[in-house]
This record gives sequence, structure tokens and C-alpha cells, in this order.
Amino acid sequence: MNNSNKNNKDEKKIVLKIFRENTAQKTDRHYDKFNVPYKKWTTVLDALLHVKSYMDPSVAIRYSCRMASCGSCGMKINGIPRLACYTKISELETSTIECEPLPNLPVIRDLVTDFSRFFNHHKNVQPYIQSNDGVDDSDTEKKTFSFYQSPDDVDKYLQFSYCIKCGLCYSACPTVGTDLKFPGPQALAQLYRYFADTRDEAKNRLDIVDDRHGIWRCHFAGSCSKVCPKGVDPALGIQLLRSYMLGISKNEKKLAKKIEIKTNEENI
Amino acid sequence: MERHRMLKESQIMKIHYITGIAAIFVVAVHILMRLIVPFGSSLEYDYIISNYKNIFYVFILESILVLISIHGFNGIRIILLELRQNNAWENMITIMTISATIALIAYGTRTIILANGL
Repeated sequence: MNNSNKNNKDEKKIVLKIFRENTAQKTDRHYDKFNVPYKKWTTVLDALLHVKSYMDPSVAIRYSCRMASCGSCGMKINGIPRLACYTKISELETSTIECEPLPNLPVIRDLVTDFSRFFNHHKNVQPYIQSNDGVDDSDTEKKTFSFYQSPDDVDKYLQFSYCIKCGLCYSACPTVGTDLKFPGPQALAQLYRYFADTRDEAKNRLDIVDDRHGIWRCHFAGSCSKVCPKGVDPALGIQLLRSYMLGISKNEKKLAKKIEIKTNEENI
Repeated sequence: MERHRMLKESQIMKIHYITGIAAIFVVAVHILMRLIVPFGSSLEYDYIISNYKNIFYVFILESILVLISIHGFNGIRIILLELRQNNAWENMITIMTISATIALIAYGTRTIILANGL
């Protein structure tokens, strides 16, 4: 009984302002307001689910893991793209929380956006390792050997492999806002992730983004890096790729190959 | 379908950066040349004509003309490319900016040659 009273005392209320639109039914855009109880550990996703469970079941949201791993619950919260499951109400320090769909992506319904374009850009950069090692069946030695990679080699791309494809960087990018052909920070950072991987041997991956609407259209606003919930720095990846393309940075893979050839020659 | 282009975007951007950096140096010389005499005198007709007769200064002026034209019009091309995304618009913008660059360099060079009295 005492505990229950204490819990009720701790509970405060917040106004949750939710963007509403149904593109299939062509309804007018508007905001609905809900008074939602919260505690210091309540996340925006918890509050939205409270609305959905007890106030208005028609509110559309996309979510899954509730622990910032799946990247499904991305939305604009108080004007900034964030993951709803990773944003605590108490940390926002406002009496009203405005939830809107991610910008730069078409709205399907309420807070749910269409990620088709985003994923197409991601697929276009060939986000997988391309290597001939171990492909040839006749070469049993190659087939069974491991892909050697030193910790230093891993460090070159590791942070970029933490991307969960939540689309926050894409929605925060001002270039994507005006140029829909621009691949966006996520795709470009993933391109760098595979380009910097010493196991990858793809030859024309950089050509994919060396286009009128490619990597050179990045204005280096840096908003992509600021909104990333996983601490990835897409702006850094883009700048590193550019420096490779301009010939300012050394190509680590070519260097590694040279060292490998030199070592093999010395061993012979 | 992959289209053939004369230059890759990375090559164009290399030219863009090189012309931009080079322009800083030649424009700096150009501004310094204004400061070696009183500013008012530096804009007098005779002084300007004498500048055009100085072959070193003519080289500086021509460099400024070429570098700024290429850098500036490519900058305009980049800005305009973002406005619309279709091949007709992109090709039109590219052709227009290249034409404008050539026209401006040609007209500026003509002025330098006439003033020099070659």
C-alpha cells in the first residue's frame, strides 16, 4: 500500500503531441494531444504505447526491440530525429513532447514512414564483402584458410559496422532534403565500411558514388553524426572516402598488398 | 544504363578545389597590388592601363579570370544540380555553365589583350 502511494506520487504527466496522417485515405494532417503519465525511466516509446493501449489504438508506430538495436522506432521528437525507445521523457525537460514522422521519408501513416528509397540507396553501394579468396573449389588451401585481419585493420571500419539502419542520419541530412538521388550518409558510411575492410576486393565500388548526385554533394553539415544513436560518425566516413578519391589519403588496402608481396618475396 | 561522361565527378571536384586554392593566391597578389599605391590612385585610368601593360600583371589577371570562372561556374552548376533531379535539367545546367565559362574567359581575355595593346 505504501509502495503504491509512493509510485503514484512519483508519477507525473506529460502532453504528448502526435502527428496524424493517413496517406492511403488522404486524411488531413493534424496533431492529437494526449496526457500521458510517466516516471523518470519512461521512454517516448513507452508513452506512445500507453496512448495506443489506453487512449487511441489507431495511432500507428513502428517498433520492435525497445533497446536501440533494431532501429525501427526512429521519429522526430521535439524537432530532432531520435529513437523513441532510446529517448527518456525526463531527459527532454519539456512539458510537451512533439512526435512527428522522420523527415526526408514519405509518410505511410502517422509516425510510420516508407524506407524503400533509403534501403535502395543502401543496396546500391553493395554492402557486402566481395572477395575471390576461397571461391575456387580446386584451391583447397584457400578454401579453408581464415581471412586474416589485424586489430588495426578492424579499427579502420569497426565504428561504421555499428550502423543499425534506423534512418536517423538520412532524415537529418539537408542534402537528402533537396536531392533525392543523393545516397545519404548511411549508404556512404556503409560504402566506406566495406571499402576500408581489408578482406574486400571490390574494384568499382567507389564509381557508384562518383556521380553528379553522389558523394561530392555532401555539404558536411555534420547533422548525420550528431543524431546517430549508435555513435557512428557518417560524416567522417564521407570525408575519408573523399580524401581517398582525391588521392590525399593513402589507400590502406594497396599498402597492405604491397607489404604482403614484399614479405612473401623476402620469405622466398 | 550507365552513361559515358567526359570527366568523373571526382575529377571535376579536383579541378574545383585546385582552382579555388590557386585563386586565393592570385587574388591575394591582385589585392596587394592595390595597396602599394594609395587606394584612390589605384583606380585611376592611367594606373589601370599601366597595369595591363605589365606582362607579369597581365599573367596574374588572366589567371584570376580563368581560375575564378571555372571555380565559380562549377559552383553554380553544383548548386543548380540540387534543385531538380532529371537528365534534361542536369545536361542543360552543365552545358549552360560550360558555355558561360568559355564566354566569360573569351570576353575577359579579349579585354586584357585590347588593353595591353598587343
